[in-house]
Amino acid sequence: MIPAIEVKQVYKHYGSVDALLGIDLEIKQGEFFALLGPNGAGKTTLINVLAGLTLPSNGVASIMGHDVVTSYREARRIVGVVPQELVFDPFFSVRETLSIQSGYYGLRNNDTWIDEILYHLGLRDKENANMRTLSGGMKRRVLVAQALVHKPPVIILDEPTAGVDVELRQSLWHFIKQLNRDGHTIVLTTHYLDEAEALCSRVAMLKQGKIVALDSTKNLINNANGCLIRLRLSSDTLPSELQPLLESYTEGCFILRVNNYSKIESVLAALRIAQVRVLEMELMQPDLKEVFVKIMGNAENLEPV
Amino acid sequence: MSGFYTLLHKELLRFWKVGLQSIFAPMIATLIYLLIFSHILEERAQAYPGVTYTTFLIPGLVMMTMLQNAFSNSSSSLIQSKISGSIVFVLLSPLSYMEIFVAYVLASIARGLLVGTGVYLVTLIFFDMPLQSLLWVFIFALIGNGFLGALGIIAAIWAEKFDQLAAFQNFVILPLTFLSGVFYTIHSLPPFWEDLSHFNPFFYVIDGFRYGFFGVSDISPYFSLTIVAICFLTVSWITLQMLKTGYKLRQ
Repeated sequence: MIPAIEVKQVYKHYGSVDALLGIDLEIKQGEFFALLGPNGAGKTTLINVLAGLTLPSNGVASIMGHDVVTSYREARRIVGVVPQELVFDPFFSVRETLSIQSGYYGLRNNDTWIDEILYHLGLRDKENANMRTLSGGMKRRVLVAQALVHKPPVIILDEPTAGVDVELRQSLWHFIKQLNRDGHTIVLTTHYLDEAEALCSRVAMLKQGKIVALDSTKNLINNANGCLIRLRLSSDTLPSELQPLLESYTEGCFILRVNNYSKIESVLAALRIAQVRVLEMELMQPDLKEVFVKIMGNAENLEPV
Repeated sequence: MSGFYTLLHKELLRFWKVGLQSIFAPMIATLIYLLIFSHILEERAQAYPGVTYTTFLIPGLVMMTMLQNAFSNSSSSLIQSKISGSIVFVLLSPLSYMEIFVAYVLASIARGLLVGTGVYLVTLIFFDMPLQSLLWVFIFALIGNGFLGALGIIAAIWAEKFDQLAAFQNFVILPLTFLSGVFYTIHSLPPFWEDLSHFNPFFYVIDGFRYGFFGVSDISPYFSLTIVAICFLTVSWITLQMLKTGYKLRQ
């Protein structure tokens, strides 16, 4: 099957600034994919390359097999992009905006689908309001709606939930999940790592224009070097054989790192032998946030290419 | 083709919705020029034999306001959407660069023609205007507006801020239109200034346009048409190259 998105050795330089340094990425059709990374990592630049908003300095990118530069018309027809900036055309109402956007894709009489998008994004009662009069969150919804007018098989959302209230975040993700179930490929960027963890089956982490991690969300978390145990003990000191596992000591609690769950048993055994009682115990599952922080820290030491 | 039609429709709506400011205001300004200059100069100046100064002035003023409005339409639309960021909706769409170009230029021509026709119709109420050849009038109006529409796209792509665009308008477009022989025939100028006027492309637009009304002009309308067509094609080619390579738009 043709990949939904294929990126090969893409570089982007702005003068002496390198925004992307040899990105290779393949996203399959039907995936729910997250692009994560700190500000300035190159996420938006990569999305702009895919959307045709930025021409790559080097390398090729394609959407469903259509090169974004040489076959730009075909590529743009099958991708819908929600830009990160809150942009709007102040001359038009919500419905006019969506009708015009449909028209750009050669779609007339798109009202049934527009109605459906308006409904799912909670914009029904705002459809005749001028774009200028909308709140930030409402404008964000319209941006999402605009990206969906042509029912694109590939949907790219650049921080769609930035500055958006909880209610919309939930209804937005509900709608996007439904689109994903219907076969749309979803690529998103977000700084809310819990969102990415809950939604995305695969994750790429970018740092300084390079992909520093690319795996399924599950593998990334499982490979996060076991789990953490938080213990409050009857003693102020930790038995010496447990010292190597100590990660930190905060607020009267010892935090130990174990490689796998079977090690928990030996930790408890060591405590029993030392006659230390456990007052409180909490098993802390590693999450994407922890993995992210760790990978970004390690990537600090990457050799420059 | 339908995507193109939508963009054209949107560009037409954009100025139509603010018609008071985009069509009516420049009409009033032009009519005020006409009132003042014809009042002051009617008795003192005559360009062509048998043509009063006011009738001489009218085609020039009509063309001047058309050129300025054609330029202002494409440039203000593009710079506004560029600075507000809403240009992404056009850039994300599958519209080709040729479609984008033609839509913006046609909208400029439409606005230019609307303002120009408006001024012309009002003057008809007060003055007896000859009209030798509607064809010449129309051809020069069309190409002149197209030329300035394309120039407006170039200026708006190049400009990064509103004041840079304003500078282009004030230091290039405005002097060239005012010094193009709107208010005088260039034969009345000292030789140096007359020669210099031949390097002003707007002079040919106005001279050819005027020929359509009076059947007389400073130089042959065929020559003017050639110059104006070359200017239009050159500027169009440059605009298309800018759009094709994504200069300053797809960085």
